[in-house]
Amino acid sequence: MGSTFFASSLASTEPSFPTIPALVILPIIGAFAVALTPSARSGLHKLVATLFSGMVGAISIWILTAFETNSDFQFISQATWIKSLGIQWFAGIDGISLFLVVLTGLLFPLAIVAINPSHNHKAYYIWLLILQSGCMGAFVALDLFMFFVFFEIVLIPMYFLIGKWGHGNAKYAATKFFLFTMLGSAIMLVSIIALASLHSRDAGSDITFNLLEIAGNPAISTATGRILFLGFALAFAVKVPLFPVHTWLPDAHTEAPTAGSVILAGVMLKLGTYGFIRFGLFLFPEASHFFAPVFLTLGVIGILYGAVVATMQSDLKRLVAYSSIAHLGFIILGTFALNTQGIQGATVQMINHGISTGALFLLVGIIYERKHTREIAELGGIQKSAPILAGAFTIVMLSSIGLPGLNGFVGEFLILLGAFTAHRWWAVVAAVGVVLAALYLLWAYQRVFHGPEESAEDQTKDLTPWERLILLPLIVAIVYLGVYPKPMLNRIEPAVDRLVAHVEEHVEGGAFREPTPTVGTRSSFADLVEDSHNHGGHHESDDHHDKGGHQ
Amino acid sequence: MSSFSTETIFASTITTPDIAWVALLPLLILCGASIFLLTVASIAPKDLPSSFYAVYTGLAALASLISAIPLWVRVQDNERGPFSTIAGGFSVDGFSLIITFLILVSVVLVACLASEYLINEGISGPEPFVLIMLSASGGITMAGASDLIVLFLGIEVLSIAAYVLAAMDMRRVQSQEAGMKYFILGAFASGFLLYGMALIYGATGSTSLVAIRDFLESTELTNDALLLAGISMVLIGLGFKVATVPFHFWTPDVYQGSPTPFVAFMASAVKAAGFAALIRVFYGAFASYQTDWKPIIYGLAIATLVVGSFMAIVQTDVKRLLAYSSISHAGYILVGFQSGSENGVISVSFYLITYAFMVLGSFAVVSIVGGLNGGQPTLDDFEGLSNRRPILAAVFTIFLLGQAGIPLTTGFFAKFYVIEAAIEARSYGLAISAMVTAVIAAFLYLKILVKMWMTGETESDPISNRQARANIPIRIQVGFVLLISGGFTLIFGIWPHPIVELARDALPIL
Repeated sequence: MGSTFFASSLASTEPSFPTIPALVILPIIGAFAVALTPSARSGLHKLVATLFSGMVGAISIWILTAFETNSDFQFISQATWIKSLGIQWFAGIDGISLFLVVLTGLLFPLAIVAINPSHNHKAYYIWLLILQSGCMGAFVALDLFMFFVFFEIVLIPMYFLIGKWGHGNAKYAATKFFLFTMLGSAIMLVSIIALASLHSRDAGSDITFNLLEIAGNPAISTATGRILFLGFALAFAVKVPLFPVHTWLPDAHTEAPTAGSVILAGVMLKLGTYGFIRFGLFLFPEASHFFAPVFLTLGVIGILYGAVVATMQSDLKRLVAYSSIAHLGFIILGTFALNTQGIQGATVQMINHGISTGALFLLVGIIYERKHTREIAELGGIQKSAPILAGAFTIVMLSSIGLPGLNGFVGEFLILLGAFTAHRWWAVVAAVGVVLAALYLLWAYQRVFHGPEESAEDQTKDLTPWERLILLPLIVAIVYLGVYPKPMLNRIEPAVDRLVAHVEEHVEGGAFREPTPTVGTRSSFADLVEDSHNHGGHHESDDHHDKGGHQ
Repeated sequence: MSSFSTETIFASTITTPDIAWVALLPLLILCGASIFLLTVASIAPKDLPSSFYAVYTGLAALASLISAIPLWVRVQDNERGPFSTIAGGFSVDGFSLIITFLILVSVVLVACLASEYLINEGISGPEPFVLIMLSASGGITMAGASDLIVLFLGIEVLSIAAYVLAAMDMRRVQSQEAGMKYFILGAFASGFLLYGMALIYGATGSTSLVAIRDFLESTELTNDALLLAGISMVLIGLGFKVATVPFHFWTPDVYQGSPTPFVAFMASAVKAAGFAALIRVFYGAFASYQTDWKPIIYGLAIATLVVGSFMAIVQTDVKRLLAYSSISHAGYILVGFQSGSENGVISVSFYLITYAFMVLGSFAVVSIVGGLNGGQPTLDDFEGLSNRRPILAAVFTIFLLGQAGIPLTTGFFAKFYVIEAAIEARSYGLAISAMVTAVIAAFLYLKILVKMWMTGETESDPISNRQARANIPIRIQVGFVLLISGGFTLIFGIWPHPIVELARDALPIL
């Protein structure tokens, strides 16, 4: 393995069309275009913004079709940025980032089309487009420096979106969001520089921030690696957010405008979980293994804490925000199971959470628009007057709960399976979270949609055809990915396998694969991987079977 | 008598050293222009308009800048390389030239700001412009000084002019107070500096930085108490100029009271000259004593970062706030300085260049917004600025995000290089403290952003006042400053390569 392994992983042919630069730069061009349109014509702003972010969405769909199912990084784009420090523009897409790119490509145009800002349309669309570019850049970056730049730059648009278009205590929420995230990334910057500098010294090479080169040629000592890992982990933990650095999230989500919440939950939180998988595990396999129990525990705490606190919320949006904490706890659980099912489940769950929580926030936004309140106690009986709204909410909610046959189930199942193989008790406790999710979401549904009928003058308007059209793709995705997740899993699997093999290679003994007997040599280890594949296959078919039963 | 070096004292007859006049050309042009202006203005029957003086100053600085370009070419030429003149008292190397460029560019921009400000404040006469040029020539002397005496000369020329600039706004008592404070505390610091130089001379037998370095490298001092006392006193004297904690107490008062354009000058050119002198002395003469001074700088850097960023948060006066913010930036520069390596110097040069543009731009905005409030805007004056002046608010946002170190501004790369230098020198604790205080400092920039973008104007604000503020015109020269600084911050924030290469070519060689 080693560096040759990674060199070969880049061998895929470069397409003549600069796909990745287009993904990142098109929204920026769009932002300029919006800036140039006359201020008075707000309809035009929306049109231009939709056009550009829609183009990004179209390219991302094209990527989905052109993506070859293997573990390579594809659509590589590489250029020198700052020569003296070996900083590059280096980007590529593999199975892990593929669906996040697609999610970013599609969720933004949807959010732009779906929601009109309350005021100052022009600036609103400019920030959204910049945000899309930033998220896209972070998901495709394969250079640590480049990743950091995008990881940090997304703060600015989101800060303004929350602060300027948010409700209630928006300034406080925006500032808190900014400072929490910046603290994490500040420490990560030190870690990144230290990693690059120590790596170049210990490996005797020029300084480089190239992810593949650093990961493929691990030169730093175990102890240093562990410390640096913690630096990265703090940044990602804040972004995810993991308990106990999650406190910014309920505020940010509650006060943010609907589109802000959709993007924050759907795309931006994934920067943290994606960071753990792409950078944490890949750069520091040993440290990830060493600290896995800590993160598993934090993940499980997040699952239970998020669920319990969500149950007690009186504000519908805040409830969804806390449910996010619980769901992201699952993703962390899967990631630090450090096996194929776990990480695959985590990757799938990132997408699922993006779709279902994005849709939930959209629906909550629609309810708020109609009723001007998010207090659960003041809502009630909506189902009678708005049956289609209630139906859409039901599907999305069930997906969030993880009902078999809908997308949420696939991810949660794989995660629990992976976690169970590796760390049984954590998985057992986490499974309680699934039950709690059903509790708080169903209870909330009951209070909001059932109950005494609304008075005649206070009828809730049902979804307009336009709103139905916007929710349709999300609901189709929820059902499709739940019923037939195979194409998605197939594309994710090779990259995850490679990552797991990489982790295993650097962990002595592979002792964490309880309850399987401890194995020390590479050859027996290969069997294990093989074995787990077979397991994966089985479970997948089990999975279908299960669904069949439930449907 | 100050220009005698030790050799000439022992020589039987006094011979004057050779002088390479070309090397001094930038300095001479600036000095000459200022004295010429003073003469002409005193002969002229009536006051010329402020804008004439500003144009004159700008042109003089440009001429001086152009005269320095052949020197840069010569210094970068491998065959000719850096050289020193006046018996080794003044060196011309990449480092001195880059600081010279920086000071001259800030003179041009400050002249633009000053003409506007002085008209608004009803101050006529050439004195402010003469003083800016004189002060800048002091700064250029400091950047090239390779003798303690020359360094002291430079500092005094720079400072005395700056004291008067601080008190320039004769109608306002705050300005007088600022000038007085700056003068008294500055004189005190000069005393420390001179005393320290005397002790160093006593310990090493020379005031030439090269001779001191050679002496310390070849000789093992049995008792270096005298030398260490000298080093610390020089550090105090220079620390005062660049406003490191605990020698920073003058900064908030002086920044608050002084006329805004001259504050911009202090924060850009004076700071750059001070750090140039620090690098000359500590990297040049005391390189072999790194183990002694590095821990002190380490402590100073942390204190400066923490005090600067925490104190900045509680300020309501924007100039005072920017004063504390400039203190915290001095802390970052110390972080790079502390590394004691070549990369450290590069990071310091880069930081000084990029910070100068950000701070000049920030004070340009402050002078516009504070225009009708006695030049002393509070945070509340920024309320709803994005509604009244979207473009001004956007430009100020660039400067604030730059100072906060957000990517795609030069401020981010400045922090990046400083942290990188610290990490290479294994100062991890310092690097982490620097980044944590960066978050604290970010809070204060966010406070201004919140005021500008997320707060409507308060109801209590009388409408007439609001209308008055909305109608302050932005003159073309101030617009020019904003364009240059904003453009610099953004363009080199995405593509820092040229500036880094410039800083890389600008290492001090004695």
